[in-house]
Amino acid sequence: MKEKDENLEEEISGLHRVGFDVTGETERSGSFLIADDKTAESKSKEDSLIVMPISFSLQVYDWVKDLLFSLVDREQDEFTKEVASQKELLGSFVYVKEGAKIEAPFQSCFFMHSQGFKQILHNIIVLEPGSELNIITGCATGNMVSLGSHIAVTEMFVREGANLTYTMIHDWGAEVVVYPRAAADVGKDGVFTSNYIALTRVKEIQSNPIAYLADGAKAKFNSIIYGRAGSVFDMGARGILNGGNSGCEIISRVASENSRLILKSYIEGNGKNTKGHTECNGLLLDEKSSVYAIPELKAGNIDTELSHEASIGKIAGEKLNYLMSRGLDEDSARSLLVRGFLEKGIEGLPESLKKRLDKMIEVATSREGV
Amino acid sequence: MSDIENINVLLEVQNLTVEVGDKRLLQGIDLVIREGETHIIFGPNGSGKTTLVNAIMGLPEYKVVDGDILYKGDSILEWNLTRRAKAGIGLAYQHPPVVEGVTLGLLLKTMVPDKKTSEEIARKVHMEDYLEREVNVGFSGGERKKDELLQLLAQSPQLVMFDEPDSGVDVDSIKLMVGIIRRLLEKNKPIRERKNGGIIVTHSGMILEQLHADKGYVIVDGRMLCSGPPLDIFDQIKKFGFERCIKEAREK
Repeated sequence: MKEKDENLEEEISGLHRVGFDVTGETERSGSFLIADDKTAESKSKEDSLIVMPISFSLQVYDWVKDLLFSLVDREQDEFTKEVASQKELLGSFVYVKEGAKIEAPFQSCFFMHSQGFKQILHNIIVLEPGSELNIITGCATGNMVSLGSHIAVTEMFVREGANLTYTMIHDWGAEVVVYPRAAADVGKDGVFTSNYIALTRVKEIQSNPIAYLADGAKAKFNSIIYGRAGSVFDMGARGILNGGNSGCEIISRVASENSRLILKSYIEGNGKNTKGHTECNGLLLDEKSSVYAIPELKAGNIDTELSHEASIGKIAGEKLNYLMSRGLDEDSARSLLVRGFLEKGIEGLPESLKKRLDKMIEVATSREGV
Repeated sequence: MSDIENINVLLEVQNLTVEVGDKRLLQGIDLVIREGETHIIFGPNGSGKTTLVNAIMGLPEYKVVDGDILYKGDSILEWNLTRRAKAGIGLAYQHPPVVEGVTLGLLLKTMVPDKKTSEEIARKVHMEDYLEREVNVGFSGGERKKDELLQLLAQSPQLVMFDEPDSGVDVDSIKLMVGIIRRLLEKNKPIRERKNGGIIVTHSGMILEQLHADKGYVIVDGRMLCSGPPLDIFDQIKKFGFERCIKEAREK
């Protein structure tokens, strides 16, 4: 047992690869960590940032129970049903008090370190009016774990004028299946930014988060995905523009190497003067890859402006030749071009993330990263 | 044996015939470049000048259907781009592609792992402020040309080919460009000590006056029509266009 604990400690220290820093070197406003089904860490450095296991929060705040499955339908599919059937809830509760602008990012991590483990989570995030929080969530499996499943319902409440940036970095094992079910309710003039990064192999991920936007609210979904070695990414994002002057952008940049990538996006413009845009850039790296971009726009109001653009192609031979004529071998030239392609996706992200992602992309696209 | 024959042959192009798709772009080109020599290729637009340097570089769409290319005595027809570049063949492209997402600094770092060296090289072409920029993205014509020279400095080839290095370059930059071209061709060294040789493709010849070259050729419709001292050829072109050369070739 002791040996296992030591292993766990060592593995946790390696979680900086998904943005989770245990050394304290990176400035964080708080931390939350679940390893398999144990809450290993739950702390906040700020009085106005409340962090606790979801099961505790139900005892502390009587309103939390009303939030559970208020955005995600418990009957939606077999995975939401499974989360709903849990007697003891596992997951995080993150709550920012009114007007509190938390500067340092809050980090959370859902980690699986036992082979074949099935992790079932329910997370609630609440930002009271005028508050701000930047969450970096890392989801990963241990070095020895190739098999497992991760099912998570995450419901986010961004109240009036609040601003939530939710960045999720995935690093799973080869035979891991992942079914996140996430939804955000963005109040008047609220801002919700979702960044999703997955650069390593997985068996299958299926995710299609949704944001409901009130008057003047904005949502942005950015995804950077490098699908490799037989991975299946069935990803989507949906923005429901209910309020007037609300807006949503869904931007994906994906490279596929022997993988199947499905990128769905759905924007529904119901309110007056709403704007929605979806964009997908796909790079196919071999014959065995596919990228399927499915943009869907639904205008339910004469004063909505919705657009989409998508491009999918292979590495341009001209660029490959250009780099090879400088002495790079074909593999290095390809790596450099894939790296450049993916790095274009991080341009709009916060500075604090860019450097880490830059490094992650460098590792992922180097031959050692395969 | 004359003196010149003691100098090593860097490049020998024999009866080179090149097609792109099913279109023949070069027919029976012969050329010998020795270490230390600079040869100039003239010709109207679309005559095959770029085809010649691209075929020597080894760009895959340029199919050699006849003849041979020998680099330091070895046939390189079977060598891919990387091998040719590593062996010391370099090309400053006429129209280099944009490489989105890849910064110039990163590309140089990949070519020359020592960061200090790549910064030093960038300073030589006054491009140290460009290292964070994506290769050729939003570069003006002149900036692209400078960037090409910068990359060649990093690669440090022995056979250096320049495809229209002066087109789109403003007058102020020409001097800098010529300086770099001279450095790449080791013009600062005594002729006996030069190991590098080069080909400069141009249809303006503007840089010729500032750069001593050994031999000039005119390519028209994929064939090499005239050869001689570069300045003489350039003079003729200035006076009569390419007509005289074409006429002379026909008469022959």
